[in-house]
Amino acid sequence: MPFSLLKYGLRSRHVPFRDIPPTPDLKRSYDVVIIGGGGHGLAAAYYLSNVHGIRNVAVLEKGYLAGGNTARNTTTIRSNYMTEESVRFYKEGVELFETMSRDLGFNVMFSQRGQLTLAHSEATLRSFHLRAEMGKHMGTRIEVVDVQTVKELCPHLNLDLGGQHEVMGGLWHADGGTARHDAVAWGYARHAGARGVEIHQRTEVIGFEQAGDRVTHVRTNRGTIAAGQVLQAVGGLNGQVAAMAGIRLPIRCFPLQAMVTQPLKPFLDILVSSANLHTYLVQSSRGEIVIGGGSDPYQLASTRSTLDQKEHLAEGALHLFPFLHKVKLLRQWAGITDMTPDYSPIMGASPLRNYWLDCGWGTWGFKATPVAGKRMAETIATGRVPDVLKPFDLSRFDSFALLNEMGATAASH
Amino acid sequence: MKLLTCPVNGPRNITEFQYLGPVRAASADEPEQLIDALFYAENPLGVMREWWRHTPSNTMLIAERHTVSDQILATYLPNRKPA
Repeated sequence: MPFSLLKYGLRSRHVPFRDIPPTPDLKRSYDVVIIGGGGHGLAAAYYLSNVHGIRNVAVLEKGYLAGGNTARNTTTIRSNYMTEESVRFYKEGVELFETMSRDLGFNVMFSQRGQLTLAHSEATLRSFHLRAEMGKHMGTRIEVVDVQTVKELCPHLNLDLGGQHEVMGGLWHADGGTARHDAVAWGYARHAGARGVEIHQRTEVIGFEQAGDRVTHVRTNRGTIAAGQVLQAVGGLNGQVAAMAGIRLPIRCFPLQAMVTQPLKPFLDILVSSANLHTYLVQSSRGEIVIGGGSDPYQLASTRSTLDQKEHLAEGALHLFPFLHKVKLLRQWAGITDMTPDYSPIMGASPLRNYWLDCGWGTWGFKATPVAGKRMAETIATGRVPDVLKPFDLSRFDSFALLNEMGATAASH
Repeated sequence: MKLLTCPVNGPRNITEFQYLGPVRAASADEPEQLIDALFYAENPLGVMREWWRHTPSNTMLIAERHTVSDQILATYLPNRKPA
């Protein structure tokens, strides 16, 4: 068998298969220019080209495809949020992940194994009841469970009975899961590319030309292009790119660090997070334990690593699973999160008429990749913001209609 | 261990400090600046002036820090900005 494979590969008629189309020269104009070649931008390109028939689209990526925050998250997918607006939005996101591999013909390794958030106090349990009731009301699978059930769901967990972080129950979200982040981006890129969308890597936006309340041209390091509509989706640099268009965003950047251990035999078949310890763990399909937690405590736009934060993550992980104490760390990384004052994204219109925003994705961006792409594409194609996105409008800060989404981070709440 | 210099207590582990956010240009006392003061915080790629508190001694101080290199350029008490 290996021999025939080699023969097939060396045949002169064989053309190597390429998922992601090469970067062409820039055309003079596009109907839609998407700034940011991460998951969100590529998903929007996919829906624009495959669903709405808008194919004259350019995706501009400063670095390499999906090399920013798409490559730097911890791949948690869930919809156990606090507010009705958020649950509705993220639930649609989870549903799109459920069918994604089939829809794209590309294995994104979606594994819907459920997420368990641990409560270490009565107060946390009460807030879990609130979230569970909201989730059930919106039709997502979620419930508050007792210690016995926690034990059954996660038999290796240290319950710390009588200790400082005694597990008193948990929030079980059966719809939660995880997927392969790169595959999600590649799947979208491949299908968008097949429909004619141009993906321009190493193409950095350096300015805009405007006429009245419209953007007419996008200036890049490879030349200036005319744009019918522009979508901004540049996690980590949204403040800076928007500023070039004269738009101010209520965003502050914080690094979010994570790490993985060496591969272990499977022992953890759910996603676990702890409200007190600010730590969450998931075992990847390769056996590595992915460990994530809260953001750094102060504003920074650098993806450096700090010992403090890594020690904090290790401490939380060891508290929950003490037998991990001799396990070695394999890799670590950090992403830049765009934190908004109400822990919710900013999606929809901007002060400019043909400039659309998909930003403010603090620690909750990956799970929203398909739904944000789908709904932003719909917004651009129809020129109308769909109801599900309306609560996330930038203008909510001017009218004090904040969302207060304290269920946004899996680690802290 | 990352150090931050408290103007009163000298160099200390940064974990002894609490970050309180950027020194704001906007004022919450001016009604027309209220939304700016509440929601639109400074987020530069560069040097930022910000409030910190040394928790054990409850010292409020201002630090000038670069938000990309994370280098702390100066720390001083709020009423004693060095020339």
